[in-house]
Parts: sequence; structure tokens; C-alpha cells
Amino acid sequence: MTSIDENSKEKLRSVSVDLNHDASLLIDIPDALCERDKVKFTVHTKTTLSSFQKPDFSVPRQHEDFIWLHDTLVETEDYAGLIIPPAPPKPDFDSPRDKMHKLGEGEATMTKEEYTKMKQELEAEYLAVFKKTVQVHEVFLQRLSSHPVLSKDRNFQIFLEYDQDLSVRRKNAKEMFGGFFKNMVKSADEVLISGVKEVDDFFEQEKTFLLDYYSKIKDSTAKAEKMTRAHKNIADDYIHISATLNSLAADDMTANKKNLEKLSDLFEKFRKVEGRVASDQDLKLTELLRYYMRDIQAAKDLLYRRARALADYENSNKALDKARLKSKDIPQAEEHQRQCLQKFDKLSESGKKELTSFKGRRVVAFRKNFIEMAELEIKHAKNSVALLQGCIELLKSN
Amino acid sequence: MATSSERSPPPFPDSEDQDVLDAEEVRGRDSDEDEDLFGSTSTSPVTEMDTTPTSDVSMKPPSDIMNDPLIEPMSSQTGNKPASEPSDDFFDLTNNVSVVAAAATKSDDFVDILGSETGAQRGEVVKADVTVEATIDRSEVTAGVIDPLSQQEAKQTSTAPVIDLSGDSQPVTSKIADPLVALFSDAPPAAEAKKPSSANVDLFDDEEGSDIFAEPLQTKPAKQPQKSLFGEPDEDVFGEPLGAISKKPVPKELKEKSVTTKVTAGGPLQDSKPADIFSQAAASTPSVTSTVNPKTNGVHSEEDGDIFAAEATVELSLDSPRNERKKEATAKPSAPAPTSLPAAASLAKPQPPALEELEEEEEEEEEDKFDIFVSVKDPEKIGDGMNAYMAYKVSTQTTLPMFRNKTFTVRRRFSDFLGLYEKLSEKHGPNGFIVPPPPEKSLLGMTKVKVGKEDSSSTDFVERRRGALERYLQRVVNHPSLLQDPDVREFLEREELPRAVSTQALSGAGFLKMINKATDAVSKMTIKMNESDVWFEEKLQEVESADQQFRKLHALVESLVVHRKELSLNTASFAKSAAMLGSAEDNTALSRALSQLAEVEDKMEQLHQEQAASDTFTFAEMIADYIRLLGAVRGSFDHRMKAWQRWQDAQSMLQKKRETEAKLLWANKPDKLQLAKEEIAEWEAKVTQYERDFERVSATVRKEVIRFEREKTKNCKRQVITYLECLLQSQQQLIKYWEAFLPEAKAIA
Repeated sequence: MTSIDENSKEKLRSVSVDLNHDASLLIDIPDALCERDKVKFTVHTKTTLSSFQKPDFSVPRQHEDFIWLHDTLVETEDYAGLIIPPAPPKPDFDSPRDKMHKLGEGEATMTKEEYTKMKQELEAEYLAVFKKTVQVHEVFLQRLSSHPVLSKDRNFQIFLEYDQDLSVRRKNAKEMFGGFFKNMVKSADEVLISGVKEVDDFFEQEKTFLLDYYSKIKDSTAKAEKMTRAHKNIADDYIHISATLNSLAADDMTANKKNLEKLSDLFEKFRKVEGRVASDQDLKLTELLRYYMRDIQAAKDLLYRRARALADYENSNKALDKARLKSKDIPQAEEHQRQCLQKFDKLSESGKKELTSFKGRRVVAFRKNFIEMAELEIKHAKNSVALLQGCIELLKSN
Repeated sequence: MATSSERSPPPFPDSEDQDVLDAEEVRGRDSDEDEDLFGSTSTSPVTEMDTTPTSDVSMKPPSDIMNDPLIEPMSSQTGNKPASEPSDDFFDLTNNVSVVAAAATKSDDFVDILGSETGAQRGEVVKADVTVEATIDRSEVTAGVIDPLSQQEAKQTSTAPVIDLSGDSQPVTSKIADPLVALFSDAPPAAEAKKPSSANVDLFDDEEGSDIFAEPLQTKPAKQPQKSLFGEPDEDVFGEPLGAISKKPVPKELKEKSVTTKVTAGGPLQDSKPADIFSQAAASTPSVTSTVNPKTNGVHSEEDGDIFAAEATVELSLDSPRNERKKEATAKPSAPAPTSLPAAASLAKPQPPALEELEEEEEEEEEDKFDIFVSVKDPEKIGDGMNAYMAYKVSTQTTLPMFRNKTFTVRRRFSDFLGLYEKLSEKHGPNGFIVPPPPEKSLLGMTKVKVGKEDSSSTDFVERRRGALERYLQRVVNHPSLLQDPDVREFLEREELPRAVSTQALSGAGFLKMINKATDAVSKMTIKMNESDVWFEEKLQEVESADQQFRKLHALVESLVVHRKELSLNTASFAKSAAMLGSAEDNTALSRALSQLAEVEDKMEQLHQEQAASDTFTFAEMIADYIRLLGAVRGSFDHRMKAWQRWQDAQSMLQKKRETEAKLLWANKPDKLQLAKEEIAEWEAKVTQYERDFERVSATVRKEVIRFEREKTKNCKRQVITYLECLLQSQQQLIKYWEAFLPEAKAIA
């Protein structure tokens, strides 16, 4: 059972996306509860829009509800030309849980103090994961709310307003398989329609760029994740070292005692700094990359839908040619061809807008995060320097 | 040891020769017999001093008592000391010597001791090819010793004897040197003036002393003549007479003494007058000094030496304890420590009351004294395949006068380091010294090196080992006693060392060692020692828990290193990935920022790598060192326990013998009774001897542990500071990198 308080969350508020806040619809998740593997989010909405019954309301929602909302948006034909904000990832508490489990096993090899510290550290980690989870869910809703089209979506408004459990039907096995199958078909389709000649240079460029960028950012995300984890390991090592030094100092009766105590103290402080470095890196760098990896996937999906429409248009052209050749069902074919063209043009137009705004959003987010990360790194390093200098002076004067 | 035989002066009595020859046996035999005879008796008188005021001991009674037993050649000398008038005698003596008149009994005597001393000297200097060197070394040592001491305001007790020494050594060395005669003749009176008065402390101003004696000694010109003149004559002139005299009278005297005083039983003869000490000590001189091991005897001989203004020895140390002992009337020289090794050894003796004082003193001493730096450099693989080995350059930088040069370099292979340790631990281990251990043999690591893989783990291994060897040697030379060991000097100075055998892990000797270790472990388990000294109990516990903690810490730091390396690797791969991402990015500013980020991360990788190296070499290796050292500390505790066990065994044996005697008495078998009595006497002696051994070892261990702790504190602090400074540097570097990155990030538009 964990709940987070507003203050700490505020600090953690994601900057992965720069949202043009529209005061008419403000959404946040002030509270969340973790029950077993289910996380219950409290979604709070403040609005001046007349489409809502009340100006201020909160509803309980689960992760699955978010997925449902995302899926319905994706499936809505009208939104095919939009980048649907990526669905938040499933809450994953496995890593801190595993660690907690391991810690329990290794309890015998540690001093009590050490164990307590490790536990605290893990709890902090768990809390961080939890906060991150809340945050990504919040960001998802905020992006929807700030989108001129999506914010008007009916399902979205229901999601926000309906004060009962949405009790979205969980996907059963068949549907899960169906989803998987759909993905397969999509991939195959992607390959098939890749043969279709692109008519617009902008989209041609975007496609190659996004494909390339996606693989790169995916790689970077994985590497950054590894890097931050390694950093975290070092912080954990410091805990053990500090504790061992401390017990060494306790046994030592010589003048060394003080030195050891100081060193132990230093490592204790140091691990906190190091832990902060790791978590800040995770938040500012890894999260950023991770988010844009998913966002790019969403952009790619848009491109796919457009390419599909293009293929459909080409097909309708062919069908029209055939019909003309046979002089049969010409008006129908013409109508179909016209529709396809219309759809494709609409998609292209909104897609172009979406992709351009996506680019701007990405650059701004990267800038913001990089600046913050650099500032935090400097701050932590300065902290460490002060700690080290203090300790060295103490040791030397002693 | 065996090497010293080459150099052992001809004058040495045959029996002594043997001593010199079989280093190993010497110890056993000495402790069994020689020490037995001299040691036990000598303790008794000293203990007896407890009751008599110090002044008495040195002043009046001795003169009476001494003169009796010392009809032998010794008399002149012994008389010298206690009574003030003997100064003339002494003068005569020295003059005689300087004239090289070896005939006179007195001078003979003097020569005798001299000879033996020089012999001892040489024994220690061992490898010096020319006898000249022996003398030089010695005189240099004395000079060196005086140096730091005279600077200290210190305890007069310690300085006084030192000056004694210097005064004494002067005669020895300069006696023959005409230019120094004048100087010398001045010296003895001064020395004597002080000596007779028990309050030598007051009179003996260290300033004065150093002025008179120390300075001339230190000057080169003074040394030169000594070298040339003394070197040869010493052997020829003194040697012969010594051979004659020391062979005969000394053993005889010794025998007489032992017989008459029943050296064996500590009991009845405990209050045998100081005369015993001196005479016996004197008697023991020749036999003992030549070897490094016979500690007890060594002590007395040295004492005797300086009391009687015989000749100076390297061992200034013994003086201080002796005087201390006298002055404080604490008597009980529970551990007339190994004196062939100076300062530390002697200081090991002190009883608790004197302990602190001595510690302080030693501390000062140490700081001034050990001006020696050893570095191990340039590891180089020699040979190919499995016969390949690493050779290291061992460079020594020193201002210590005991070395011929200020800097010298030799090449040593790893097994030489191990061999040195073997020798040292064999010699000094049983006496309770903490002999710094070298890094362990590592079959795996070395095999890698041998196979010739040039990967980072093998260079890492070599570097680790090099550092460990350097610290090991530095520890050895920083140890006041070990530095004096001839093997150490030989190791540092001599061009070619005989190949160290029995250090191979898989050799027969290695196998034997393993068996020995196993039996040791078993016997350790079987020995149930009821610890009488709380201090040791506590310390042992402390050491054991510290050992455990250090091991844990080592494992942790190793894992820190692993994680740091991981981080470095991951950072590197992220840097690459970020660079790729930057190249894919179509926004120019962002692309630029990304590649800048990649550069920053690249540098961070370097930092992490350096940090990992510092974790390894500064932090982890320091801990590994301490794990090894704590092992050595435990070893010294074990040796103490062994000594205790020996004592206990002897006691139970004595008990048995007594029972047999009682039975015989009851059975009325007078013929066997005599034998039984003799046996009891013998065992009583052994018990006293072993008890004293035990006490001596205990004192040494105690002192060594205290020294170890102090060194640890100092060393630890230094290492930790180095380590932290390294961390600090990398953090500062990190700030720089990020600060450089910040404007780039801000430039993204």
C-alpha cells in the first residue's frame, strides 16, 4: 500500500513533454494506491468546459482503463491523422520487489543497521518507481487534454467524468491473441505497403528519419537504463561499505577509530548523493528517452495509417481503372476513389501538422531535460566535492 | 645466516662457529642450553635488583662481589664499571689496545670482547665482502643511531647509554687509528665519570655526550681511518688473542658459574649478586653475539659491553631498557629481548609502567630514524612459457649510514620476495614479531601473465602485485628490527641473490609447508590456553573481528570496483549510442547537443575507469594489505601461545620429575635419586627459561601489536586521504564537464 503526497510528486512532475496548458481542462493524479499488482489512480479534473457536468471532480481509475482509452482512440477512424499519445506502460514493481526479496535472503549477512539502510533505499526506489508510474499516466491524460481534437473526445470525457468504476472489460485470452495477430498483420502490411511509392517528400523524409531515430533512441534508452542501474549499484555498495566501516570503527580501540568513523560517515553521505545522481539521471535522461521512444512509435503508427490510406487510394485507382475498362460500376469506383483520396489528403494534412509539432515538442523537451540534468549533475558533484573536502580536512587536521 | 659463516672471523671458538653455521639449530640449541645457562641466572640477579636500589647495584656492592668471581680475564673490565677508579684500568686497556699490545691479560680481555663483538657485527652485516665493511657498517650504525637520539631531548636514560655506546664504539673503531687516540682518550673518562655514578642520567647530558662522541664519529675522516686501520687489524690482532682466550676462559668460566651457582634452579641462587650478571654476560658474549637469534644472551653481552665500556654495538637499544630497568627498579627484565636487533627489540621489553614512556620515545625515534624508501618498479617478464617469471626493480633511497650508497637498485623476482619473508618469519616470527607478509602467490594470475595475454586483467594483476610488493618492502624496512636484519640488507643491496627455493607452491617444500600449516592448525585447536592477560585476550578478539570486517570490506570494495567498471562500460556504450542518436537527430542544435552529451559521457567513462583503478589500487589493496597483516598479527599471537605451551609442557614435565623424585625418596634409592635431582634441576631451569621466553614473546607481541596499530592508523589515514583526494579530483573533473555541457544544452533552440 503506497500513496504519494502531493509535494514530492510536484517535484517529480515530468518534463518529458511540454504541454501547452489549456486552463479550460486541467487534469492531474493527486493520489494513487497500490494494491497488490493493481494501482488505483485518482484522476482529478478541473474544467470550465460546459460539456462536463461539474467544474471539479475526481474519479478512481486503473491502469487498464488508461489502456482502454488509448485503444479506443487509436481505433477511432477520425483520429487516424493524429499522433495518439502513447499509452502509459504497465506499472512494473518487479525490480524493486525482486531486490527486496533478495535483501530478505541476505539479511543474515548484514548488520542490522546495514539492513535497515538497504531496506530504506529499496523503499525509496519502490516509491520512485511508483511515482514514475503515476507520472506517466498523468502525462498521458494531460497530453490528451491539451490536444485540440482529442480533448473533445467523448470517450475521454467519459473516462474523466464517470464516477463509477469503468469496469472496462479486461481482455480475454482470445482478444489478447487477436491483438497479437493484429500486430503481426500490421507488420506484414507495413512490409507490403512499403512498396507503394511515396508521393510526398516530406513524408518520405519523415519515414526514414523516424525509423532510424526509433532504432537509435531504443538503443540509447536501453543503454541509459543500464547506466543508471550501474550507478545505483554503486550507491548501494557505498551503503555496505559505510556500514562495514562503521562496525570496524566500533571494534577499533585505537586512534584509527575516529578516522574510520569519519570515513564511514562520508560514505553514508556519499551514497545519498550518488543515489540522487542515479535517480536524477534516471528521471531526466532515461525517462525522457523512454518517453520519446514510445512517442516516436506513435508517430510511426501515424505514418503507417497514412501509408495504409495511400495504398488504399492506389488500390481504388486501380479498381477505378478496371471498372472503366469493363465499364461496370464506374460511379461506385469513382466514389470510392474519391473517398480514399479525401481520406488520404486529410491524413496527410493533419499528419504533417502533427509531425511538425511533434518535432518542436521533442526539441523543447530535450532541451529542458538536458539543462536540468546538467544542473543537477553539477549540483551533486559540488555536493560531493564539499563532502570530500570536509572529510579530507578533518582527517588531515586530526 | 649460513652466509655469515663465510665471514665469521677466525677467532671464533669452534663451538661458536657452529652456532654461526647452523642458524636454525642455533636457536633451538641456544634456547635450550646457552640461554638456559646464562639466561636463567641472569634473570635472577636482575629481578633481584628490584629490591636493591639502583645506585647500589651499579655502585658499591657490585665492585665487591664482582671482583671475586671475576678473577678471570673479565675482572679488569667488570671492575671498570662499578667502581670509578677502574677508569684508569680502562684507559690502560684501551691504550694497550691502541698500541696493539695484545699480550696483557687485561687488554686481551678487552680484545676478546671486542673481537666477539666485531664478530657479531659481522654476523649481522653478513654479506659484506670485506671485513672493513663490517666495521664501517657498524660505526655508521652507531653514528646513525646517535643521531636521532641525541636530537631528541628524550629520556636521558636512553641517550645516556647511547652515548655510552658511542664512546665505546669509538674505542673500538678508532683505537687503532692514531688520529683518533686523542679523541678517544678524552672520551672514556667522560664516559666513566658518568658511569660510576648511578645517577648517570643527571650527569649525562645528551648534548655533552653527542658533542664529544657523536660528532667525531659522524665525520667522514674519522670513519676513513677506521675503515682502513681497523678492518684488517681487527681480525688479525684481536682475532687471535680472542680465539685463544675466548675459547678457553670463557667457557670455563661459564661452566664454573653454572656449576657453582646452579644456574639451573632459579630458586636458591636468585640473589646471586650482580656479579653474576656481568660475569656471565661477559662469558656469553663471544658465543652469542655472533648469531642473530640468541636474544637473551645477546642482551647481556651487549649490556656488559656498554657497562664496561667495552665496545659499542649497533644495539643502542639494550641500553635504554637496561637503564630503564635499573632506574625504575622495576627490575624483572621479563623479556631481555632480542637484542641483536636494536631499538624495537629492546623496547619490547618494558613492563607496563615503562611502556608508555618507551612508546613515546620510540615514536620519536622512528620518525627520525627510518629515512629509507624502497620502491618496486618496472615489472618485466623474463623467459617464456611456464618458466617465465616477473622481475622487479627494487630501488632503495636512503640516508641511513648502514648502507653503502644513498641509492641503489637491484632486480628481484617474486620468489625472492617470498624467500625474504620466509627467512624473516622464521627468524623473527617465533619471537613474537609481526613480520609483514608479502602478497600471496597466485597461480591463476601468474599463469595468465605467463601465457602472455596482454589483456587488462593481467596488467591489472601485475600492477596490483607490484604495489603490494612495494608496500611489503616498505613495511619491512620501516620496522626498526627487521631493517637491521642482514637478510633485508642483502635483499636490498646485493646484486645476485641465491635463488629462493621452497617458495614454489607446488614444490615438495610447498607441500611440506602445507602439512606444517595443517599440523599447526590442529595443535592450535588442541592448545587450550587459559589466558592470564586480559590485554591479549581483548586484542586477539579485536584482531579477529577486525580481520572479519576487513575481509567483508574487501569483498565489498571489490564489488564496488566491479560495479564501477560496469558503469564505465555502460557509460561508454551509452556515449556511443548518444552519438548515434545525435547523428540521427534532424534538429541541428539538438543534434549538436546530443553529440556533446556523448562526449561528456565519454569523459565520464574515463573518470569512472580511473576511479575504479583508484578503488582497486588505493582502497581495495590497502584493505588486502591489512587482511594479510592481521594474519601476521594472529601469527604472532600463535607464537606466543606456542611459547606458553612449551612452558606449560616443561612445567608438567618438572612436576613429573618431582614426583619421581618423591617416589625414589620413598623407595630409598639414593643412586637414582641423584640423577633425579639433576633432572629436576635441569627441568627447573627449563621451566624458568620457557617462562621467560614466554614473557619475552608476550612483551614483544604486545609491543608489536601496539606498533602495528599505530602504523595502521598512520598508514590508513594516509591511504584514505589519497583515495579521497582521487575521488575529489574526479568529482571536480565531473563538474567541469557538465559545466561545459550546460551552454550546449541551453543553445538548443
